[in-house]
Amino acid sequence: MSDSHVRIENVTFSHGTRRIFDGVSLEIPRGKIVAIMGPSGTGKTTMLRLIGGQLKPATGKVWVEDKCVSRLNREQLLALRRNMGMLFQSGALFTDISVFDNVAFPLRIHTDLPEEMIRDLVLIKLQAVGLRGASALFPAELSGGMNRRVALARSIALDPSMIMYDEPFTGLDPIAMGVVVQLIRTLNKVFGTTSIIVSHDLQETASIADVIYVIADGKLIGAGSPEELFKAESPRVQQFIKGLPDGPVPFHYPARDFKEELLEGYDQ
Amino acid sequence: MISRLRRLGQYLLSLMSVLGRAGELWWQAVWRRPQLSHAPLLIRQIYQLGVLSVVIVALSGFSIGAVLALQGYNQLVKYGAESALGLGVALVLVMEIGPVVSGLLFAGRAGSAVTAEIGLMKATEQLSSMEMIGVDPLQRIIAPRIWAGFISMPILSLMFCVVGIWGASLVGVNWLGVYEGAFWSAMQEGVDFESHILKGIIKSVVFGLVVTWIAVFQGYDAVPTSEGIAAATTRTVVYSSVSVLVLDFFLTLVMFNF
Repeated sequence: MSDSHVRIENVTFSHGTRRIFDGVSLEIPRGKIVAIMGPSGTGKTTMLRLIGGQLKPATGKVWVEDKCVSRLNREQLLALRRNMGMLFQSGALFTDISVFDNVAFPLRIHTDLPEEMIRDLVLIKLQAVGLRGASALFPAELSGGMNRRVALARSIALDPSMIMYDEPFTGLDPIAMGVVVQLIRTLNKVFGTTSIIVSHDLQETASIADVIYVIADGKLIGAGSPEELFKAESPRVQQFIKGLPDGPVPFHYPARDFKEELLEGYDQ
Repeated sequence: MISRLRRLGQYLLSLMSVLGRAGELWWQAVWRRPQLSHAPLLIRQIYQLGVLSVVIVALSGFSIGAVLALQGYNQLVKYGAESALGLGVALVLVMEIGPVVSGLLFAGRAGSAVTAEIGLMKATEQLSSMEMIGVDPLQRIIAPRIWAGFISMPILSLMFCVVGIWGASLVGVNWLGVYEGAFWSAMQEGVDFESHILKGIIKSVVFGLVVTWIAVFQGYDAVPTSEGIAAATTRTVVYSSVSVLVLDFFLTLVMFNF
């Protein structure tokens, strides 16, 4: 087995006419916490979907566990995903079954464990996110943050070797945030789980990530440990880290000249 | 002229791509070994699509049977042929109205619900998360619904016919006073299983497949926004109703030897 869990080679990807990635290459080492950061709209979630094989790159290759994701057939892809957990931004719980059944879902599908053992495992996972008491509730009865914590419990149900977190910190209160940060760290330390965090919460992410990749304008603009990034000289990385609206990374969606567009109304 | 041709070409291309995607969905969902572990899902869908449609199908069947008896009696009594009322109503119900109207009701009652449900599952990333858990939503979500339509539709159609004939007998025999013996014996004599009832069943099976296929595809292919799901639900009802009516014409043409 090679050192890298995921390898992205020179990937380009477009959404309609908009180019999301323009030759991005990066490597996710096994057993590390890696963050992919960047302003919103830079395709961070798209990156996770490329790794999970839900999208195919226009050119370039995505390797997961030394398998080229875009060359796998449906069955092989589904098998590969059993070893991947993914926490969706919205949680994406199944709304027609209870919290307990949601967490039990992957276990019931992919293992032959007896129901008592599944029950224990589900309760352990729910305890870890502090929602054991909510096991009988339905997703619609929970708040957004609680939904995501249940989703986290579900994505770690099978103890995958890699977990992808899509904006895990957004919308959590400080206590839940602390718990989730702690959980990601523990999973990584105890089980050696490779973690990929997509986020724009700089502080939290920097506090747990081993490696951070910064993406903007479809390109990788910075990479390294949090300390290295904070010291990086690249003005684009500095702009992102300091949160400045003006700089080489545009804050505005591409548009015409502001003055011109405003004045246009008076001409008619 | 050129731009019109171009637009026609674009339209045909997008039509082909939709048909291709719908065919692929069908292929992936149905033509694979059904899993025994999915049986509870199928039973649940038969309940959702079939059992919950029983009331509306029975009510409509009753009213249509009763109306057919009223109108049929009015015409037949002019020629003193009211004893053929039972036969006429039964033939019309079994061959045409039963499968077609229950197909239309099924499209409105069950098809729209399927599209909205699957569209919302897509919008809330439930289908994506299922894929990421390593479960194929085509097999777990789509296939049981298609099979449930395949199984429920003929049963619903037969129920429609039975209740319709009962409604006709209440109106014709108990109210208008058609001789009971003639009403039922003409029906027994004239309605044949193979040449009438079976053909009606075949029609309803085809309608069931087509309606659920359209419904699951529209849901699966919906733009995952509120407008997208609304449009998809409308399309399901429109397309499946029109398909039922058009297909009925061609099935009649083929099966009844014209």
